[in-house]
Order: sequence, then C-alpha cells, then structure tokens
Amino acid sequence: MSYNIIVLAKQVPDTRNVGKDAMKADGTINRAALPAIFNPEDLNALEQALKLKEMYPGTKVTILTMGPARAAEIVREGLYRGADGGIVLSDRAFAGSDTLATSYALSAAVRKIGNFDLVIGGRQAIDGDTAQVGPQIAEKLGIPQVTYAEDIIEVKDGKALIKRRIESGVETVKAPLPLVVTVNGSADACRPRNARNVQKYKYAAVPSEAAADEKVKALIEKRPYLEIGEWNAQTVDADLAQCGLPGSPTKVKQIENVVFTAKDARRVENTDAELEKLIQELIANHTIG
Amino acid sequence: MANFYTDNEALKHYLSHPMMEKIVALKERDYADADKYDYAPQDYADAQDSYDKVLDIVGEICGDIVAVNAEDVDHTGPRVVNNRVEYAEGTKKNLDACRKAGLMGMAMPRRLGGLNFPITPYIMAADIVSRADAGFENLWGLQDCAETIYEFADEEQKQKYIPRVCAGETMSMDLTEPDAGSDLQSVMLKATQKEDGSWVLNGVKRFITNGDADIHLVLARSEDGTKDGRGLSMFIYDKRNGGVNVRRIENKMGIKGSPTCELTYKDAPAELVGSRRLGLIKYVMALMNGARLGIAAQSVGLSEAAYREALSYAKERQQFGKAIIEFPAVAEILSVMKAKLDASRALLYACSRFVDIYKVYDDIAKERKLELDEKKEAKEYSRLADAFTPLAKGMTSEFCNQNAYDAIQIHGGSGFMKDYACERIYRDARITSIYEGTTQLQVVAAIRHVTTGTYLNWIKDQLSLECKPFVQDVKETLDFMAQQFANAVEAVNGVNDPGYLDFMARRLVEMAGYTVMGLLLLEDANRNESFERSLRVFVKLGQAEVAKHADFIGNFRPEQIKNYLYEK
Repeated sequence: MSYNIIVLAKQVPDTRNVGKDAMKADGTINRAALPAIFNPEDLNALEQALKLKEMYPGTKVTILTMGPARAAEIVREGLYRGADGGIVLSDRAFAGSDTLATSYALSAAVRKIGNFDLVIGGRQAIDGDTAQVGPQIAEKLGIPQVTYAEDIIEVKDGKALIKRRIESGVETVKAPLPLVVTVNGSADACRPRNARNVQKYKYAAVPSEAAADEKVKALIEKRPYLEIGEWNAQTVDADLAQCGLPGSPTKVKQIENVVFTAKDARRVENTDAELEKLIQELIANHTIG
Repeated sequence: MANFYTDNEALKHYLSHPMMEKIVALKERDYADADKYDYAPQDYADAQDSYDKVLDIVGEICGDIVAVNAEDVDHTGPRVVNNRVEYAEGTKKNLDACRKAGLMGMAMPRRLGGLNFPITPYIMAADIVSRADAGFENLWGLQDCAETIYEFADEEQKQKYIPRVCAGETMSMDLTEPDAGSDLQSVMLKATQKEDGSWVLNGVKRFITNGDADIHLVLARSEDGTKDGRGLSMFIYDKRNGGVNVRRIENKMGIKGSPTCELTYKDAPAELVGSRRLGLIKYVMALMNGARLGIAAQSVGLSEAAYREALSYAKERQQFGKAIIEFPAVAEILSVMKAKLDASRALLYACSRFVDIYKVYDDIAKERKLELDEKKEAKEYSRLADAFTPLAKGMTSEFCNQNAYDAIQIHGGSGFMKDYACERIYRDARITSIYEGTTQLQVVAAIRHVTTGTYLNWIKDQLSLECKPFVQDVKETLDFMAQQFANAVEAVNGVNDPGYLDFMARRLVEMAGYTVMGLLLLEDANRNESFERSLRVFVKLGQAEVAKHADFIGNFRPEQIKNYLYEK
C-alpha cells in the first residue's frame, strides 16, 4: 500500500540565535537580520513522511509552504532530503494572515492537491509558537487530527498508529485516514540532505524565480521535474474575504519589547521551608503557575 | 549547529585551485554525463557548485552528528557479539547519516552508483570527517577500497560490488597478519582453488580495521610453496557468503570507535581480483597509495581539531589576569601549530591534485588510446603522485602528532585530564605515523625521489614562477633552502654508499618536505593573502630545520655511522 502525504512546512526567521537587532523599533521581527530557515519541527514532520515513504514504496511526499517566492528554498530543502515535489502558495492577498487565515489558505491548497492520506506538519513554528495552524486545517478539512505526535509507527488498513508525547508520558493512538498529524520536536531529527538529490534538484525553482535566470529557465524546460508549483489565491479557489488581513480576526494591539531587568542572583538555602517560600513568591509574582 | 566545511575557508581555497578546472574537465570527460544523469554537472561552474553543496552536507553532518558523538564513541567503542562486530551507538548513527546523505562511493563513476567526484573534493570530505572523529574516518574512508575493485576487478565484479558500496555497505582491506606487518611479503593466509575453479580462504588476519565489513579485499597466498610477494593474490570476500569470523577486537590507545579485528577464515569463499600473483606487487601497492593519501587527510583533520581546541582554550583560559593567548610563549606555540596545519593541508591537496590527474588518465586509457602529450602528462603526474604521497603521509602525520602534543601543552594540567577533547585527539593522532606504513617506510618510498631529482625538479619549477612583491623575501629564503637541500643530496650521493644514503634518508626527505611545503604556502599566499602569516612562520621554521639537517650532514663523517648501528 502506498500513500499520498502532504508535508506542511514554513520558512521562518531563525529566532534561536537572536541578536540585538532582531526586533525593529515597532516591535515586529526584523526579518532581514535573521537568516530564513526551515521551521525545525516541520523538519521532524518531514522525517516522519520520508520514513513512511521508505516503509511503503510508491508513497509520494509533497511539500506545501505558504510565503513569498523565496520560500521555494523550503521546497528545495525538502527535495534534497527525499520529497517528491512541492508547492509554494504565494499571493499578496495572503499578506498579514493570522493563524485562522493561514489555515484557511493552506486547507484550500490541500483540497486543491486532493487525494491525500496524511497531512503532516510540525507542532508549531518558532516565529509564532501558536501551534494552531495544524489543528485548524484539520477542522477546516473536516478530518481527524493527532497532535504532539512523536512517531507515526505504521499505517495499515486505512488507519495510522501514532505515538504521542503528552504531558504525563506517552500514549499510542490509532486514527483513520485521511488525517492531520502535528509532530513534536522530540521526534526523530530529519535525515540530512542527500548528495545526489542536491545535485539533481539544486536548480528547481518556482516560475517567478526561473523567469529571472535564462539558464535555469532553459534547464526547467528540458527537465520539467525541476519546476516547483507556484499557486495563488485564485489557483486554490480561495475566498479573498477569508484571506490575509481581511480574514484575520487577530488584532495586535501593542507589542512590548521586554528587557530583563533582574541583575542579581539570589541564593536560596536547600531546605524545604526555604524552597516553599521561593515557590510561593514566584507564584505570587506570576513567574510560574 | 556547526558546519565543519563552511567554518573553514581553507577548504574552499583549495577546492577552487586553478588546476581543478582541468581535473574536473578530464574527470567529467568534458561534461559528457550532463544529459545522461540528472545529477551530473553541465559545466565547470556547475560542478564546483555541486562539490560545494555536497561538502556543505559533509560539514553539517560532521559538525552536528559525528563530532557530537565522538566522545561517547571513544568511551564505549565497538564490541564482539557472536563473532560479529557491534559498533558503538554513535558510530551506527554516524554511518546512518552518511548513508542517507549518499556520501559513500563518492569517487565512483555514476554508472556504478557513485557521485563521480574527483579525488580532491573526496579527500576534502575525509579531512572534514577526521576533524570530527578520526576513528570514524576509518570506517567511512574505507570506501576507498572500491577504487581498487574499480581499477583491477573485472566488469562483472564491478557491477556486483561497487553499487553496494555506493549504497552504504562498508569495506575492509585484510592485509596484515601476526607475522606480516610492514613486511607483507610474508603473508600466509592460504587461498585454495577448488576443482570447479572457485577459491576458498583459510587462516588468520590481525589488526584488520573494520574487520567485520560487508565486503573485504583480502591478500592471500594463492601459489602453494612460494615464500615471497610474487605468490600472493588479491581476493574479494563477501560477508553474505560467511566463513570469516571476528575472534577479538584490539584494545587500542586511540581511534577506539574503529574496530581493529582479528579474523579467522574457515573455507571462506572468495573471488580472485585481476591476475594471480599480482596481489601484492601491483594491487596492494595501488591500494596503499590511496590509503596513504587518506591517512594524510586524517592527519590534517586531526591537526585542525587540535589547533582549534588549543586556540579556543587559550582564548578562554585566564591566568595572571588575562587570557593565556596574550602571553607570547603561548601565542608562539599556536602560530606554529597553525603554520604546520596550513602547510600540511597545502601538501595534502597538492598531492591529491597529482593523484587526480594521473588516475583520470589511467581511466581514460581504458576507453581510448591516449594521445602522445596526454601519455607524457599522465606519466609526469604519476611520478609526482608517487613522490608526493609518501611525503604527504610522512610529514602531515608527524605534524599532526606535534600539534596534538602542543594542544595538550596549551591546556596545561586540564589537558592531562580526561575532560577535554585534546586528550582524545592526542591518542587518536598517535596511529597516523604508524599505520599504512610507518614514517620510516614513507622515507624509504620517498628517498628514491630525492636521489632521482623528482622533488628538486619540482622545486626548481616552482621557484621559476613569479610571485607578488609582498612575499618576494620569503621566496628568496625558499630559494636558499632549496640550495642547501640540493647540496646535501649531492654530498650524500658523493659518498656513494647505499648504507650511508639510508642513514641520511630521513634528513633529506625532511629537507624536501620543508622546502616543498614552504613553496606550496607561497603559492597559496600569492592567491590569498590570508596565508601570509602561516607562510612566514612556516618558512622560518623550515629554514631552521633545513639548516639543522644541512649542518648534520655537512659535519658528518661516514665512519661515524657505526655509533648508531646495532651490532650483534
């Protein structure tokens, strides 16, 4: 049995090594100062898809990413690791999307791809940390979802057997296809880029990229597999009212640049009474709890 | 999140060496594969870009996986379970990453599943892997053995085994026996031909790196009753057929992740490679040359690791109110380490380029007759490769030991504890000047080229090249060193006694080494000014070393040899 898998991946600013110029004066992310990377948990999701492709020959893995044309780099990264193809969902109409509008656009693209068995994405993206997009897509598609997945153990008889990482430990669940799965960072790390695939796909591009480079354009004409799909709102039959800013009920009132002010370390005696006192204090000032 | 390729600019410097354009065009047969394989380069720029991208993968795997696992692999090591080797957990993960990344069989042609990389970028990968974990480099680097199958086995054997190596199966070269180490002519493992023409192997091998490999190249005595190298042939043993067991794994000082095995062969089925009797005198010699280049790469990678550990410690460690690197005594050690490292790498890649050219001509010669000028060129580079390989192996492995020693010195008392990577590097480095031929045996291989003038001619050619004014003074020093070397060769030749030449050989080869490496750094500085500092430090060191040897040879009376020799 083989499956059609869509992997949701996002190009994000690398917020793991934030310098002092990471935020602009207005409190938004300074994307120019941070390198754009493959969202880490989406790589964990891709590994699950590639593992299933190995387990079930004939399985097809498609990367779906929403963003500007340069997000094609995410699709190339996926191809280097073993994905079969990819689509960049790109339209000015999507600008300013919150999680609701994003999941609307992505679910429209998933529908357009059609005939899928699994939609796998990372739990959350490191630029927003909402963990909402995966579940919202499942709701919009009207199909079940398994979140916090750590291992898709097998897919058999129309059901996927999945190990979840939950607060109190792990649980193993079975869910019917088609299915949305969001994967935790504690799952297996993604395999490295493959030397042969890198050489094969390094010129893969979306049409708008290829238009700027004659050599790439000519090569893509000769090798159609190098063309990465570039879809817009119209391609996926999206209702513009539900896209971008108009479709985003989230309103950002204010962004505060928090600067840690505490300077001194405090020593606490290692006794139950002292620790209890500290815990109460931290709860009182809302540091924990 | 480390990348051992992108954080080391020297690698790109050598990857873009002017000679590479010719090497790549030859290797790619003027890019004839471009439309035949979807991953073949279209032109030189495309090929360079591919090497760069693939080395980026190697750098990432090494920085994020192999280097991270190194300490644990060193502590746990492999074990024998039911006559089979079980690698350390970290080793398994390293191998898995390399397989998934398609980094096996890198130099093999595409039609057999390889990447068709020239030797130079392949050796670059070996350099990077060794910096991360020298022990792992042995397992990964044994893909080199596929080269021997490619060169000497028949087409059916190539089709059968090479794609398996490219897909990630590991290899070993089973040469050494309890009584045949440096002296391989004494190999006793018995190869017997059965009535149906097939062969079986019986006997024992010792000190076999990765002895439980999937595919073995085995040196065995096929000619009953013979005693010397001419009775030995080369065989392939396929683990799938069974017949070879691992009796034990040696408990070594370093490279502990790499299993060194004692093997027993009991009617192990094997296939003859090439012709009988050529096992040692032709095939092992070719195999060894490749392996020696690999050890030179391993030495350079270890030197790099040693230098980086020392540098970062010297910057962090505060004494007397400042970082110890600010003390001249410490800074000097570090600058000499860096100079030895850079000179080693310069020699490594000069050698790999020579090997690249002659090997690719050898390969082309299987497809068509070489033109006269091609033949001449092939011969010239073959001789240079033959001269530079033992020089590179000898010099880089000694320097890597010196750098590993100095790395510990910089760490002071902490370096003597098991807490820092420098002690592992020190132990790992120690084998490089021993295996694949000791430094003493490299001298034996190199001295021929001292007396026949291979080094001197090459040095003369280099000195005739223009250099930029800012390094003109260094060139003059190198010219002077070359003179002293030439004089010493003449003095030793003048005595006309093989015993005397033998006695002075190490000194002469070192004089060649310092001069050659200095000239290579001169070329590097010409192309990239960031090499100037290492050039100046290295040539200062070389000048003193060459003068020391010149002094020793100049003031030595032949009859004084007896003070050094053993008398029964």
